[in-house]
Amino acid sequence: MRQSFAIGIGGAAGQGVATPGDIFAKIFSRRGLHLNAYNAYQSIIRGGHTFLTIRTGPDKVSNVGDRIDLLVPLNQDTMDRHLRLLSAGGACLYNSDSIKPGVPAAGVQMCPIPVSKLADISRNKVAQNTLAIGAGLSMMGVGFAALESVLAEQFRKKEQAVIDENVSLARAGYDYASQNFTPFAWPLPMTETRYAVLSGNAALAMGGAAAGVKFYSAYPMSPSTGVLHWMADHGRKANIMVRQVEDEIGVINMAIGAAHAGVRAMCATSGGGFALMSEALGLAAQAEIPIVVIDCQRAGPSTGVPTKTEQGDLWQMLGAAFGDYPRVIAAPLDIGDCFTLIPEIFNIADRFQCPAIVLCDLLLSEGRLSVDPKVLDFYPAIDRGEFITSNGSGAHQPYKRYKITESGVSPRVIPGVPGHTHVVSSDEHDEDGVLISDEYTNTTKRRAMMEKRMRKVDGIEASVPPPKLHGPADAEVTLIGWGSTHGVIHEACELLADQGISANHLPIRWLVPLHGDTILDLLKDARRTIIIENNFSGQFARYLRSETSFVPNGHIRKYDGEPFLPHHIVESVKEQLAGKTKLSVPTHEIMV
Amino acid sequence: MATEVEVPKAIAMADFKGKVDPDWCPGCGDFGVLAAVQKALVELQIPKHQVATISGIGCSSNFPGFIDTYGMHTLHGRSLAVATGMKLANHEMTVLVTGGDGDGFGIGGNHFMHTMRRNVDLLYLVMDNQIYGLTTGQTSPTSRLGMKTKSMPFGNIENPINPISIALAAGATFVARGFSADQKHLVELIKLGIEHKGFSFIDVFSPCVTYNHDNTFQWFRPRVKKLEENPDYDPTDWGAAMEKSLMWGDEIPIGRFFERTDLPTLHGADPVLKAGPLVHQENRLPPDVAQSFIDELM
Repeated sequence: MRQSFAIGIGGAAGQGVATPGDIFAKIFSRRGLHLNAYNAYQSIIRGGHTFLTIRTGPDKVSNVGDRIDLLVPLNQDTMDRHLRLLSAGGACLYNSDSIKPGVPAAGVQMCPIPVSKLADISRNKVAQNTLAIGAGLSMMGVGFAALESVLAEQFRKKEQAVIDENVSLARAGYDYASQNFTPFAWPLPMTETRYAVLSGNAALAMGGAAAGVKFYSAYPMSPSTGVLHWMADHGRKANIMVRQVEDEIGVINMAIGAAHAGVRAMCATSGGGFALMSEALGLAAQAEIPIVVIDCQRAGPSTGVPTKTEQGDLWQMLGAAFGDYPRVIAAPLDIGDCFTLIPEIFNIADRFQCPAIVLCDLLLSEGRLSVDPKVLDFYPAIDRGEFITSNGSGAHQPYKRYKITESGVSPRVIPGVPGHTHVVSSDEHDEDGVLISDEYTNTTKRRAMMEKRMRKVDGIEASVPPPKLHGPADAEVTLIGWGSTHGVIHEACELLADQGISANHLPIRWLVPLHGDTILDLLKDARRTIIIENNFSGQFARYLRSETSFVPNGHIRKYDGEPFLPHHIVESVKEQLAGKTKLSVPTHEIMV
Repeated sequence: MATEVEVPKAIAMADFKGKVDPDWCPGCGDFGVLAAVQKALVELQIPKHQVATISGIGCSSNFPGFIDTYGMHTLHGRSLAVATGMKLANHEMTVLVTGGDGDGFGIGGNHFMHTMRRNVDLLYLVMDNQIYGLTTGQTSPTSRLGMKTKSMPFGNIENPINPISIALAAGATFVARGFSADQKHLVELIKLGIEHKGFSFIDVFSPCVTYNHDNTFQWFRPRVKKLEENPDYDPTDWGAAMEKSLMWGDEIPIGRFFERTDLPTLHGADPVLKAGPLVHQENRLPPDVAQSFIDELM
């Protein structure tokens, strides 16, 4: 089994849970270790409860895992809620001045830090955090120099005295731990590789920059706001216009205006904002204007659980906007894929002049992952499709914006080019853009235009790779998932194999086009199939059945707001193999 | 051999003739607005490929189809948002936005307010007929109190909005009112509006001859009075403009209520456009910029 180490840090919002998280993440990635982090939090700015998990190891860490090795409770609440997550070999570092220890499981090391003896707590309110970071790293077998340089960076905007104070605090914690606590049995290894650590939101935004996005518009909405923040911070350097708009209706319409003018335009939102956008998605389809809309799913319906994850928006995406039109929907498989998918989907949107939707979720958007910097390729292929950018010699046939073609694609023109004036319209129109919506006898034209647009579907399908099955072909069980469950299902397959159950994995990245025939072919010899998704009704299972008539043997679903952990899947698979149920709904143990 | 220099042909009314003729009801006020826009573009000699005409949905929003420019017939109420995106992506285009009172002040009210405060450099022409026409005659945000329509058959019990006051309050930098039947005056207002650097709003009385039997051409004609006829009226005085905007009854002012030229336009304020219109900018990042984005994460 793979070696990994996980830290859980808990406290109230405003107590400084994020900073130790960032410091640990930097130290791990610079040590050449992979990491994955996820923050379970509430929609509250001060108070409440926040629990951050960071898992690290020499191999790719695709999820936060089942085990916490080091617990750092910053308040009593965290001690009371989470101590039970520790098992033999684990340790709990806490401020013995203010927190009463709970009763740990056998083999768990309780490590009280006498904070007021080691620090002047009247001056430094977060002294306990810095002491705990120092102590924790000492127990993990990490040299102090790494922490010293990260602290200097973390506080680089403050004066030297602040840096010195934090370094000496960290040193005090480091030394205290080495004198009083037993180090972990597995000192953290080092490798020569260096990783970038980023959130899915940063990856989506950077993917946009790599794709040549020149216009980004948004309205703040969790969990998509991080995309706006990255764009706002970097837009001027990247020459991307970034606009915060009055509502999501304005957001998408502004993006459509910019896209029609000829630039790549992108916007991101969550389910509620997307609901406001859906009418304009139809405008993009009807006027044949390419745009990319990112939906970072959170638990719904309505305001739902704004800080929790879910895969509950699939049917909203499938049915968004009325009428029939070609659309593209893809769900990134991990945080690195949030970056790579954007240029890919822009090429499809541009070539086929249709709206494209990226179906992300809070788990990826706000989670963090170590990514090989080579994955962050800022020079991917850019294909703008059939695009007229100049009048050439001026001699050409009268321009028809919606010319009937075999592919269904009619060459676009950048407005401003002489000799190509035309009208694009949300109304049904003729080849030259003239409205036919009000004509008395227009059935032939309407049919021709509908068929022209829908012919693009075949081209889109041919441009998108079909899904692949991973793992042994004759596996006992085939696990089918889509989007963000990729990492956790992959690890569950490994854990099942360790327990003598062979499992393979079919991850779905492109939802539309689905490649249903390929899926049926891949599953035709499967011994037992289980669809795993983070929602109540099995939205993907229902979609797959509607497209292919495929019905799996069982389902694993979770709709409590938290993501799957590997053991949820392992235990569910085992109960289904034992014939106990066809629908498993694992319980989430970490109560936040 | 003498070099022949091609003299560019002067831009004429025929250049702006749309692919189809307007299908508005005979006598509709919108005909006058269409002709005035075409005339203003001719007088300003703006080539049609440099003009984008963007509308929402409604009788008057069919406008882009009746004029030959880069037209865009968008969704009900969304023309200003689409036009903002278009202007920001290519600020060399002259952007005209056309629509009605329902489209602009009802379903599109939110965008109306925010586009004004942003000072987006475009001309917004509302053909205000105080009624929903294309849906066959319902109350609009500018329908007068007591007006009987199909949706309020016992008379409107909701106060109408005052588009001029709202525009002034929201920070529009050019605010005017025209009357479709006073073509010469309207052409001048449109020219001023196009030339104004910033958001220009012209509310045009454009009577609906089919569904609004209250606010007819005959009703307006004796009432409208041009601000330009008053030598003491100062269109840079915001307070005076606000006061004039409240006048309604026997005398209704038309003309340029207000203009200020000291505020930057949205596209002028964004340094990203220093490198030229977005649509003509390089879409690949310079290698050092791309590298710096990765370095931040290491």
